[in-house]
Amino acid sequence: MAELTAKTPCAGLLPISAGRVTVTEVDPGPMTAIAPFKGKEKTLAGALDRAHGLGGPAPGQTRVKGHVRILWFGHAHALLVGVAPKPTLARHAALTDQGDAWAVVQVEGAEARDVLARLTPLDLRDAVFAVDATARTELAHMQAAITRVGAQAWQMMVFRSMATTLVHDLDAAMRGVAARR
Amino acid sequence: MRLASGGQIDRTQTIGFSFDGRQYEGFAGDTLASALVANRVRVVGRSFKYHRPRGVFTAGSEEPNALVTLGRAAAQDPNQRATMVELFEGLEARSQNRWPSLDFDLLALNDLAAPFLGAGFYYKTFMWPAAFWERLYEPFIRRAAGLGALSGKNNDAYHEKAFAHCDLLVIGAGPAGLMAALVAGRAGLDVILADEDSRPGGRLNAETIEVAGQPGADWAEDMVEALRAMDNVRIMTRTTVTGAYDGGTYGALERPAPDWAGHSDAPCACFWRIHAQRAILAAGALERPVAFRNNDRPGVMMAGALRAYVNRWAVSPGKAVTVFGNNDDAHRTVADLLAAGIHVAALIDSRPEATTDLPVRRYAGAQVTDAHGRGGLEAISIATMSGIDKIRTDCLAISGGWNPTLHLTCHTGRRPAWSPDLAAFVPCDGAVPGMITAGACAGDFSTHACLAAGVAAGKAVAKDLGKRARKTDLPRAEDAPYRIRPLWAVPGKGRAWLDFQNDVTVKDVKLAATENFTSVEHMKRYTTQGMAPDQGKNSNVNALAVLADATGRGIPETGTTTFRPPYVPVPIAAMGAGAQGKGFAPQRFTTSHAASVEMGAPMVEAGLWYRPGYFPRPGEKTWRQSCDREVGMVRQAVGVCDVSTLGKIDVQGPSAGAFLDMLYCNMFSTLKVGRTRYGLMLREDGHVMDDGTTARLGEDHFVMTTTTAAAGQVMKHMEFVHQALRPDLDVSFISVTEQWAQFAVAGPRSRELLNGLLDTPVDDDSFPFMGCGPVSVMGVQGRLFRISFSGEHAYEIAVPARFGDSLFRTLVARAEGMGGGAYGMEALNVLRIEKGFITHSEIHGRTTAFDIGMARMISAKKDCIGKAMAARPGLVSPGREQLVGLMPTGAVKQLTAGAHLFCLGEEAVRENDQGYITSVGFSPTLGHFLGLGFLKDGRARHGEEIRMVDHVRGVETTCKVVDPVVLDPEGGRARG
Repeated sequence: MAELTAKTPCAGLLPISAGRVTVTEVDPGPMTAIAPFKGKEKTLAGALDRAHGLGGPAPGQTRVKGHVRILWFGHAHALLVGVAPKPTLARHAALTDQGDAWAVVQVEGAEARDVLARLTPLDLRDAVFAVDATARTELAHMQAAITRVGAQAWQMMVFRSMATTLVHDLDAAMRGVAARR
Repeated sequence: MRLASGGQIDRTQTIGFSFDGRQYEGFAGDTLASALVANRVRVVGRSFKYHRPRGVFTAGSEEPNALVTLGRAAAQDPNQRATMVELFEGLEARSQNRWPSLDFDLLALNDLAAPFLGAGFYYKTFMWPAAFWERLYEPFIRRAAGLGALSGKNNDAYHEKAFAHCDLLVIGAGPAGLMAALVAGRAGLDVILADEDSRPGGRLNAETIEVAGQPGADWAEDMVEALRAMDNVRIMTRTTVTGAYDGGTYGALERPAPDWAGHSDAPCACFWRIHAQRAILAAGALERPVAFRNNDRPGVMMAGALRAYVNRWAVSPGKAVTVFGNNDDAHRTVADLLAAGIHVAALIDSRPEATTDLPVRRYAGAQVTDAHGRGGLEAISIATMSGIDKIRTDCLAISGGWNPTLHLTCHTGRRPAWSPDLAAFVPCDGAVPGMITAGACAGDFSTHACLAAGVAAGKAVAKDLGKRARKTDLPRAEDAPYRIRPLWAVPGKGRAWLDFQNDVTVKDVKLAATENFTSVEHMKRYTTQGMAPDQGKNSNVNALAVLADATGRGIPETGTTTFRPPYVPVPIAAMGAGAQGKGFAPQRFTTSHAASVEMGAPMVEAGLWYRPGYFPRPGEKTWRQSCDREVGMVRQAVGVCDVSTLGKIDVQGPSAGAFLDMLYCNMFSTLKVGRTRYGLMLREDGHVMDDGTTARLGEDHFVMTTTTAAAGQVMKHMEFVHQALRPDLDVSFISVTEQWAQFAVAGPRSRELLNGLLDTPVDDDSFPFMGCGPVSVMGVQGRLFRISFSGEHAYEIAVPARFGDSLFRTLVARAEGMGGGAYGMEALNVLRIEKGFITHSEIHGRTTAFDIGMARMISAKKDCIGKAMAARPGLVSPGREQLVGLMPTGAVKQLTAGAHLFCLGEEAVRENDQGYITSVGFSPTLGHFLGLGFLKDGRARHGEEIRMVDHVRGVETTCKVVDPVVLDPEGGRARG
């Protein structure tokens, strides 16, 4: 029997670059939303630690171990990225597959912060949004999750269906910033 | 003309530009205004109402006269202040409000009619007949009066908006602002220093003042260099802070720098939203004119502006300059002119006690009473103790004193206070939370005082934010006292201008007072003083002083008008930057989008989603042909439709069932695992919010579907219900709309199609009607739901979105091999109308479960949101409009959505309204139109004939009231 073929959210749209900024699509691997059951926040943190070597993230923060990352993901949710959750976690939390729900891109470069300043009201200064900080916020007109993954690198997630708009808006902002030099 | 030496211009870089089609040259560092002055262009525009010739009046953003249009065609940009336009190669500027040309303007006739065109003349003159106002008077007035115009064409030029954050925003980079930024920056604060000029330094660039033993402009340059070397200080030039808003938010408009303005990707402007913990307003002060007869002649300009032209740009607007003032700045101006080698014809000081050592003809206690020379200043008349003198002069510099630039302190509602010593308004403390003022904008007019105020302000903010300011040496500078004797208007005959931009004279203000428009706000609106692009920056204080005099009140009692944002004009295009075209709203594309577009499907927008309307095939000329075929495919073979846009919400937890019981009016906790149930959700007020199916995948795991349109609303509602009403429930939920690509496979051959793809075939036992469960689709784990929105034997199959494109193409190809194919929104709509299934056309927010015939779904065994309110007598009583089906019976066989229903023989007027039609479609299955609508007591009126009138489209027919479910009312096709 023939097989179904997989397509990434930004297939055919990325990479792009302008000035000193590049945008590439990220293959995050498995992504699972984790929402602790009532009163299970503490036991979940322990279970996460045993299962994947990292605890639950504080609001606005991520924890990283190797290629596995866990993001604070808004009210009552965390997002485990890079590994499928061990089934034991299901005793403490609702697990929901989100691996296909988001377009994930990395914006990187010397002027990346200037580009993001055109798209999001988030305060991106080092003291406020350090490496590994994360936020659910607005990006152009889209709701997004933005995580700082390096000194000049940010990962942004928007709904998969909005990938075209994400790239369109990034492209316009990047060209505007590049034109200033 | 250009002076032989001096100035902060680069004489090695010549720049060519044009004004009204004539070619000129300037230097790098010039503004359009300074370059026009250098080229001896005296008349740069015509006035608003009287079309009087006008020349450059100021050197800043307050310019009322030198307004020009830049750019061409769609991108033409009117009312640009020539004083703020930096010269760049190829710049094209045109004058405004003149016809046929600037030098010869036919509408200058208005000037002769001036006695009839005073304040309020519109309201007095153009009253009768009433009908003439719109058709005759207004078009004529609009043509005759005004400034520049937009092109009227769509302008897709790129504008930008951006956000910035800082600990301290310093507004203005003059001596106070520079010192404040230095102190705060050294203390470790994140500082943004914003200045509207291309060159920081403020008045230091325009004066010959020394700071720390070096020329002020050089000192400012060194300071900027020191600030630029600090990582935590960001200097934003060409950036005017336009508004102070709540919560430490400031709006700012950045103009492009000439070196990148021409780049095709560069924005025309950038609108910044700056979030600052604290702000220091160091915006300086604006010099004010004195009103006297014909003071608007080209060649009359502000004294401070003249010094800027001479000192900064090394140009002189005249060969024999006179200076008129009521304060020491008149003397400073003369000194600068003499130093630059410019002939000064006279110094006129209105203060009788004034003395000077300057080698110049001088008049103390004298006043300029008239300016002569129609196309430009030729002479002035002055009144002295001994009579009227006339002096030949081609440039008159005036100084009536300084008004602190306190506008931003008033943006959140506070009013400024009057200072009799300064004869000016000064800002109130704490007017804008988090903002303090420093320097001339707070009434400190000497350079020393400004530097000191800047240091103090920087220190205060540093301490306030928990930092320690390092010791900062105060640079040496002049500390001359500010000596002024107020002079607002020189008495006498003729018109003396207050507001140059709106052609408002002293007479107009006095007339307003005479006609009892004595409140300053009324005077403003009656005379139009202080409106238009300059918002009265030059004229407000003078006008209210004249008003105070005319009404016999003091200036503090008279008060100012309200200063509102923006401080300078901000293009709407900049505020709404990025929202043009595709930037208007995000586009949401399904995984089948590319395949649908390849098949030629036109897209319809459903919320932000794009969904295919229909899939045209060769030979089909209209959408109806495609739609009819697609309906037939589903009824007779199998159709495939992307339904991924419906909201999908994963609900998990021990209390998931109880939570759904609370949300839906019917019961879900009793649903068996592996089964799906239709649910109806009410708002708190008892009306229907949404509907959809919910599948129970496990004991504690449900997947709810919502309509496409209400997905976000339902999610928000669920958060509210859980967080605010039932936090006791152990449940969590998250959207999985984007996670799954989901396709409806509908029609008698749907199972046959699916079984060709499923790794384990399904039958009525494993997947009965309303069954659900996990399946393996060509090796991929998916979900299958046996549900139907068409009334046929149908399924919805879901796979992770990455496989959506592939699965859609496979399903469509196989369906086509079975006499079916893809179907779009049009067919989907017809299919559901045939079955009487509702959408948001029916549950539009004003209908109840009772209205749509689902009152019995509200479970008696439990409570739910909206249950109590839905039981209110008014929501279940006779006379309510109830859902019915409609079939046309008259000669016209068309039904239209939005048409209203009337009893036969009754007039089609509002009082007789019986209901309305919500959805229509041509049913190829039945061969005629079908409609759904709401009719008073409709359920009891099946079989009745009724009249449909569409007043908007002009369509009328009779139709028969029927049950909403026309096709297969027993539901055998879906179950079979």
